Amino acid sequence: MSTVEKTPSQWRVYRSYHSPFDPCSPRTRYFNVPPNVLQPFQTSARKQFAPHEALRKGTLWPEYYSPYPPETRGGEAE
Amino acid sequence: MKAIWIYEKKLQYPVRVSKCDPKLAKMLIEQYGGADGELSAALRYLNQRYSIPDKVIGLLTDIGTEEFAHLEMIATMVYKLTKDATPDQLRAAGLADHYVNHGHALFYHDAAGNPWTATYIQAKGDPIADLYEDIAAEEKARATYQWIIDNTDDPDIVDSLRFLREREVVHSLRFREAVEILKEYNSTKKLF
Repeated sequence: MSTVEKTPSQWRVYRSYHSPFDPCSPRTRYFNVPPNVLQPFQTSARKQFAPHEALRKGTLWPEYYSPYPPETRGGEAE
Repeated sequence: MKAIWIYEKKLQYPVRVSKCDPKLAKMLIEQYGGADGELSAALRYLNQRYSIPDKVIGLLTDIGTEEFAHLEMIATMVYKLTKDATPDQLRAAGLADHYVNHGHALFYHDAAGNPWTATYIQAKGDPIADLYEDIAAEEKARATYQWIIDNTDDPDIVDSLRFLREREVVHSLRFREAVEILKEYNSTKKLF
């Protein structure tokens, strides 16, 4: 839980105050920043997935592909 | 201004269920009849389209139609997960309340049993307000898919849900682009 360096760019990590009297052990929190937020307008001449792969992934554009669960989150293998 | 569909009798993306897990049906129903579910999405966009500027009507038609394709996929998952379940199994899955009212039928309510209502959606007649609602709806649906994926280890269901989640990402992108198009719209108008 402590290593957060490997967090992929589509994920942000945050922590919240944890009191010594809190009943459960603390949890690292994550939230997703999908590619549509970072690049909200498509540009031309972008890379494309092969047609069959695009149909499976749900997008033609690698730069708009947002995997979930992410391969790594907070340095842990998912 | 009319919507025309050509119905192909197949799902947008294959739905395979490899694990007998009626509990998952209870969670999936959130995306069927929940506030940020596919029914809300389809009805919201296919209604807003009438009063939105011409340049983005087609976008709302396209995305609204695709939401119905997603609704069919969710329905298929729920049906496959519950069709062979006995009343005992449904009760164990927390679906007794559903069963006494609907038997093995599907119904438009959320995971907590609240029936679908038109108050989940809006058509404000203000293009920016409507598109910003649509963007928010897509992000909320994306998050819902994440939380459902977190609640299952059925690789086949996860495969379909990942696809649906990615489509939310793409739809949000396209609504964001529509906002940019409307900004342009105003500036070109001023030049004339």
